[in-house]
Amino acid sequence: MPVTSANSGNGTMLPPLPMTMGADERRKRLEAIAGQIRRSVVQMISRAKAGHVGGDLSATDPLATLFFAVLRVDPHAPNDPKRDRFILSKGHCSAALYSTLALRGFFPTEQLETFMQPLAALNGHPNRRKVPGVEANTGPLGHGLPIGVGSAIASSLSGSNWRTFVVLGDGELQEGSNWEAAMCAGHRGLDTLTAIVDRNRLQQGARTEETNRLEPLADKWRAFGWDAVECDGHDHGALFDIFTAPRRGKPVCVIARTTKGKGVSFIEDRVEWHHKVPSSEQVELALKELAQ
Amino acid sequence: MNATAAAKAETFDCRAAFAETLVELAGADPRIVAVCNDSVGSSNLIQFLKTFPDRLVNVGIAEQDMIGVAAGLANGGFLPFVCGAAPFLTGRGLEQIKVDVAYNGYPVVLCGMSPGMAYGELGPTHHSIEDLSWLRAIDGLAIVVPADPPQTRAAVRWAANAATPAYLRIGRTKVPSVTPDESDAFAFGRADVLRQGSALTIVATGALVNRALDAAETLAGKGLEARVINVSTIKPLDEATIIAAARETGAIITAEEATVEGGLGAAVAETIVRNAPVPMRILGVKGFAPTGSATFLLDHFGLSRDGIVAAALELKGR
Repeated sequence: MPVTSANSGNGTMLPPLPMTMGADERRKRLEAIAGQIRRSVVQMISRAKAGHVGGDLSATDPLATLFFAVLRVDPHAPNDPKRDRFILSKGHCSAALYSTLALRGFFPTEQLETFMQPLAALNGHPNRRKVPGVEANTGPLGHGLPIGVGSAIASSLSGSNWRTFVVLGDGELQEGSNWEAAMCAGHRGLDTLTAIVDRNRLQQGARTEETNRLEPLADKWRAFGWDAVECDGHDHGALFDIFTAPRRGKPVCVIARTTKGKGVSFIEDRVEWHHKVPSSEQVELALKELAQ
Repeated sequence: MNATAAAKAETFDCRAAFAETLVELAGADPRIVAVCNDSVGSSNLIQFLKTFPDRLVNVGIAEQDMIGVAAGLANGGFLPFVCGAAPFLTGRGLEQIKVDVAYNGYPVVLCGMSPGMAYGELGPTHHSIEDLSWLRAIDGLAIVVPADPPQTRAAVRWAANAATPAYLRIGRTKVPSVTPDESDAFAFGRADVLRQGSALTIVATGALVNRALDAAETLAGKGLEARVINVSTIKPLDEATIIAAARETGAIITAEEATVEGGLGAAVAETIVRNAPVPMRILGVKGFAPTGSATFLLDHFGLSRDGIVAAALELKGR
């Protein structure tokens, strides 16, 4: 059954931040929103006894920045043809996406409690046909960027010039389909397209560089015809500035340097927390750390 | 030579009918775009490119990207016709077909060009005999195999109108027209009885339909009146027509330019085993093909008038 598709009666939704807001204030507000998303992720995974907590916590800050300060989306009109598109290619980090969408008002935050419950709309991987705000059903890696490229071509063909943002895992870049898509976007100079690599340097089984080396990563994107920018992936101000910078005729890749499990000391940068489920004591501790 | 035989002597490549219809429809429907993998020539998209240069998205030799891009175009309000050689479109992009198109429910029309053993001597790498089996297993994906140019034109119109996840298998093997009434050449989900008969039924698809008709004519000379059914929609299958044929003729042969495992034969068998079990023979490709032209290979695997006749006689104990 689909989740409720509007935000009526939902007291916990947060409005987007106005573009005119001062940089310091925006940074402070985004930090608070990211904290809410992180606490929600931990609670969802604790309740479901499943999920991908490490990647959820590393991708949270780009999500918060995009949905609350950058994307032109309307929870009341989630299919507006001219909306900006956001695609979570690392679909396993659905808890962070669902928390963000609910807080932004796409559906009531109460529904987050149904995460991965039998017959729930909130599947372990997102389903656009059941969850408003989801643009693509992802899960198998290497699918989001090609779809983002198609969306960017559609944006240009239709003359609407919406923008398309795709969040990718770093381990995910070992899938060849990403590089097919990167080549295509570079060739076409799709400057409404932004790829954000959640560069937490860990994949499911080990460090990316031990498994199948990605570096020099920025050079790879540049060689494919992209502008590549590296930044602290937990710095909302830096992310906002890059996401809103004027385009220069090329797609942009933001290599967001992140820490897997960001915000929870015993989860941070530890490979076993890719999809480990915290115990009740660990949940309590995590929520305490995330409240600070 | 009578009029029917003269008409049958002329054969056509379905790709031309496909391409002409797509150009015509794109003129009236700005949502239509073509997406291809360096296959402008082999998919007959040269006219489309000349007429709508901005609306042909050639991603190069990159099938996974091609299908994902098409899903993204559909997300952006367009109606993509993805054109590529069937073996690479379906084999290389299988997960994209499953996830980006079918599971997402995006209206993407996948056009598998030159399927079956059309590439003859190029060998099994370039044959697409597995596509029907692979794609039948994917929920929500319509599978359409036109048997001749009139069916091809009508199927492309249907796809543009339905705007639903679909696979069109567009033959390169030259075929005569088998459509009795061009004003009603194809209806989605409808199997067409092209010849009445009560001794047995030959159920065929694509390039095998005209061979099935030829076989029925030979069988009639031997005193066996075979019913011939053209299944141009493999999924969803017109179960009522198949069940009626099983009940009324008591024996079924299926014939397809595809592997005997999982395609039309399997679809028909799954239906009759539940509803009206009768003896069956499944004619198709068995294993990786040896070297030979498309025509040679069809004969080699018994996908010919003589092969179908032999199977019918064996099935009827004659």
